[in-house]
Amino acid sequence: MNELLSIGNLLYGGAAGLIVIGLFAVVARRHLIRVLLGVAVIEAGVNLMLVAAGFRPGAAAPIFDPQAISGPMVDPIPQALVLTAIVIGVAVLALGLTLAIRIHRQYGTLDTVALTRIVNAPAGSPESRAMMQRGGGGHES
Amino acid sequence: MMVWVVAILVSLMLIGAFLVVAIPDLLGAVAASTAVSLALSVLFVVLRAPDVAMAEAAVGAGLAGVLFALALRKTESRRTRDEEAS
Amino acid sequence: MRQFASLLFLFGFAFFLSVLVGGLPFGAAPMQVGQAIVEQNIEATGAANAVTGVLLAFRGMDTLGELTILFVAATAAGMVVERRKHGVSRDSVAGFILLAGAELMFPFLLILGAYVILHGHLTPGGGFQGGAILAAAFFVPFLANPGRAFQGHAMAFVEAFAGATFILLGIFSIFREGDFMAPMFLGTGEFGQLVSAGSLPLLYLALGLKVGAELGSLVAEIAAAPGSDDPLIEEPQAAKDL
Repeated sequence: MNELLSIGNLLYGGAAGLIVIGLFAVVARRHLIRVLLGVAVIEAGVNLMLVAAGFRPGAAAPIFDPQAISGPMVDPIPQALVLTAIVIGVAVLALGLTLAIRIHRQYGTLDTVALTRIVNAPAGSPESRAMMQRGGGGHES
Repeated sequence: MMVWVVAILVSLMLIGAFLVVAIPDLLGAVAASTAVSLALSVLFVVLRAPDVAMAEAAVGAGLAGVLFALALRKTESRRTRDEEAS
Repeated sequence: MRQFASLLFLFGFAFFLSVLVGGLPFGAAPMQVGQAIVEQNIEATGAANAVTGVLLAFRGMDTLGELTILFVAATAAGMVVERRKHGVSRDSVAGFILLAGAELMFPFLLILGAYVILHGHLTPGGGFQGGAILAAAFFVPFLANPGRAFQGHAMAFVEAFAGATFILLGIFSIFREGDFMAPMFLGTGEFGQLVSAGSLPLLYLALGLKVGAELGSLVAEIAAAPGSDDPLIEEPQAAKDL
């Protein structure tokens, strides 16, 4: 029983650690691609937490085997959820990466602080002019 | 027995996640994130979720790494590499 | 100041998360829904793999919504990214070993992907995993030789055809079984054989082709995007309309 408790603590603690580390990359790092990597790490943590919640010690994988003695099985619902979440996650990450590529072409940088400065710059200031010189034009606001 | 397997895999994952945040080189960070996905997929096998493990190994460790590496290649220029404050 | 605020937020979030996680039960018996699905899966779907049963029969609507999200993400990525003309890639062709290896791996990856998709109701695997393998089969040669043309039209056709097949199978089951996305043709075929579990293998085949085409076209979109030094050749459609 003690062993079971420590497995649960390890899994939940690992999932929470992944979420916190990924969140650190999102809020404290400045490069946009590093932010997206942080989002990927958060996704990994959430997926681990869901699958760990459906785990049952001593149970078999949720695949029926006519020859085997029918014992308890782990919960298949979190696994199905996580399966779709993984594929959705990579599609959304790819969308974010195309946006990052587009931003880099438009503004020439992926540093979030520099991007905030450029976007908030009043028209006619040096930053705004430098952006227009890069052939911006799509920037209307 | 299972405690030790889980402990090793979880610590590998956390080390990988720390490297994703901490490595200055972004390509190294992408490699660390695929290492996180790989350790996670082995952990899914230990947790009796072979379907999820296959998806994580194929999509998380393979496809996502390729996507990140391609995007890095498309956005690298002489200036951006060192702009990030570390 | 910004760093300090974000660190404070992180510590607060970590504390919140640890309190939340500390109260979670671990290793408990599945909830009622999970228990019911494990017990009824074979009679209701005929699939040995309970995850497949949940994905395609019990929660088939969720999978349809998931396909919609995938489609929207791929479409949006195609609208955002700029195109570069074929054959003007600055990326050099890979070496001989990578080129030959990519060509050599192509049929084996196709066979592996088809195997994983078609055995989704019997063994671990299925449309999502096999679709990712199929996408890998198509983009590995593309990565080895970036200048070659990517069959975007064929990809779009496969994607549209597979998506339409998935929905048509669901609509057809309204007339046959009375419910949208209900499994059909149960009882044809013996449990555990390749031809069993009714319409689930067909649904998984459509799903796998669609996922493979979407993921492959996402990789192709990013690979075909111009680098930061390439001249702009073609504006994306969305930018022209503005």
